[in-house]
Amino acid sequence: MLRLDKLVKTYKTGDQALKAVELEVPEGQVLALIGPSGAGKSTLIRCINRLVEPTSGKVYLGDVELTGLSSGALRRERRRMGMIFQEYALVERLTVMENVLSGRLGYVGFWRSFLRRFPQSDVDEAFRLLDRVGLAHMADKRADELSGGQRQRVGICRALIQNPALLLVDEPTASLDPKTSRQIMRLICELCQERGLAAIINIHDVALAQMFVQRVIGLRFGAIEFDGPPDGLTPEVLTTIYGEEDWEATIEAVEDEEASA
Amino acid sequence: MPVQDLKGQKVWQRRTGRESLFHWVLWLTGVAVFAYCWQQISASTTWFFVWDAPRIASDIWTRATPPRWEYITQLGKPIWDTLNIATLGTIISLILAVPVAFLAARNTTPSALFVRPIALLIIVSTRSINSLIWALLLIAIIGPGVFAGVVAIAIRSIGFCAKLLYEAIEEIDETQVEAITATGASRWQVMAYGIVPQILPAFAGIAVFRWDINIRESTVLGLVGAGGIGLQLSSSLNVLAWPQVALILLVILAAVVISEWVSAKVRGAII
Repeated sequence: MLRLDKLVKTYKTGDQALKAVELEVPEGQVLALIGPSGAGKSTLIRCINRLVEPTSGKVYLGDVELTGLSSGALRRERRRMGMIFQEYALVERLTVMENVLSGRLGYVGFWRSFLRRFPQSDVDEAFRLLDRVGLAHMADKRADELSGGQRQRVGICRALIQNPALLLVDEPTASLDPKTSRQIMRLICELCQERGLAAIINIHDVALAQMFVQRVIGLRFGAIEFDGPPDGLTPEVLTTIYGEEDWEATIEAVEDEEASA
Repeated sequence: MPVQDLKGQKVWQRRTGRESLFHWVLWLTGVAVFAYCWQQISASTTWFFVWDAPRIASDIWTRATPPRWEYITQLGKPIWDTLNIATLGTIISLILAVPVAFLAARNTTPSALFVRPIALLIIVSTRSINSLIWALLLIAIIGPGVFAGVVAIAIRSIGFCAKLLYEAIEEIDETQVEAITATGASRWQVMAYGIVPQILPAFAGIAVFRWDINIRESTVLGLVGAGGIGLQLSSSLNVLAWPQVALILLVILAAVVISEWVSAKVRGAII
């Protein structure tokens, strides 16, 4: 469904953020991308929808090759990739409804969107999604009145209303407390399952990733060091990804979780 | 080298000996220049007139009071003109300033190499010339009257508004723009959804602030013939009708106080 072919990103400063990354994500698979800060996780996600221009290599979404697209064609393909951000990236001064509907901008002409005259079907879908994430009563609130967890739910709605085939999720829980983090991760994974969406989730919290995903990719210095199921993350593997550290506590925590769950 | 080692003790001083000497020389030069200038100005002043000033001032004060209240019937139209010059001028300048600001902001300009310098040149050139001088030029070009005043105020304000606005654009949160871009929105949609909501408070603040300034500036435009209450002021001054001058100054004061109050209210409501 998504295939990266020798994807390279070299920044102007000369830092090589991605070194010929090869990755294939089948339909409906949720995978976690772990790795230390600066490993290139954010860059990888942003190179897929070209918020960051890759230096070389190819990205295939279905049959379409994204890196060579013109700006108009790229916009059409971006509609198929919903993105969820670390700091929510809601437009703070717009209402929850406007934020959710902004996910339809790729489908609606400029004047309709400018005058907020979205098609009724879009509005219906927005209400359905808000109801699904438990925020239907918040539709008229301004985004900056919401709590972190609520904002991230709005961010999820904005991504889903695009009717995407793939979710690109960049540190969805990094600004949230542990409980809300789990709720958000659970919500994202449930929604992916309901809709058969593939997702790439950047995440710092290894234990949280292991709890929810089917496949884990470990990135280090812009290269893939690990690709396997969550229980393949042994202390040795974590050491190759992150460097030397006592990993027993991290892994035990997960086993406790699973036992109690 | 402010830290010295004296007999095993570390002594810290703010400046080294050379530095403090240099500072003293600088101060000495400053004082000398000031004394010289004082002497020059003193030599070219006719001190008779200066000693005379309190007497003249009190003379004008007695002539100007009480203001000629019945003259107020002739001031309604001119002060209305003045308000119109300020308001229309501000609106026109805002309309022109918005595109200039987008072209000048580093994160929205289509070309940092060619377009941005042109936008910055517009900002600098319109800002650097006083509205009184713009009015003088425009009266020569389009003739005296209110219209010349409106255009003068509008041109003078473009640079001010565009500069503040482009600084606001450069300070926006880019992740919100990124998020809108990622939905597949077009360039204009990104602007309308990602950028405009973020700069709207700044825009409203700039608008009322500039309107407030323009009311004050437009009161003097009449002095050179560009309409408004300044016209009355200049003709009253010319015939030495001090009670009328006093009343005009009171009316201007009232207009400025009211405009300050309105703009403070509006700014408070936005923020």
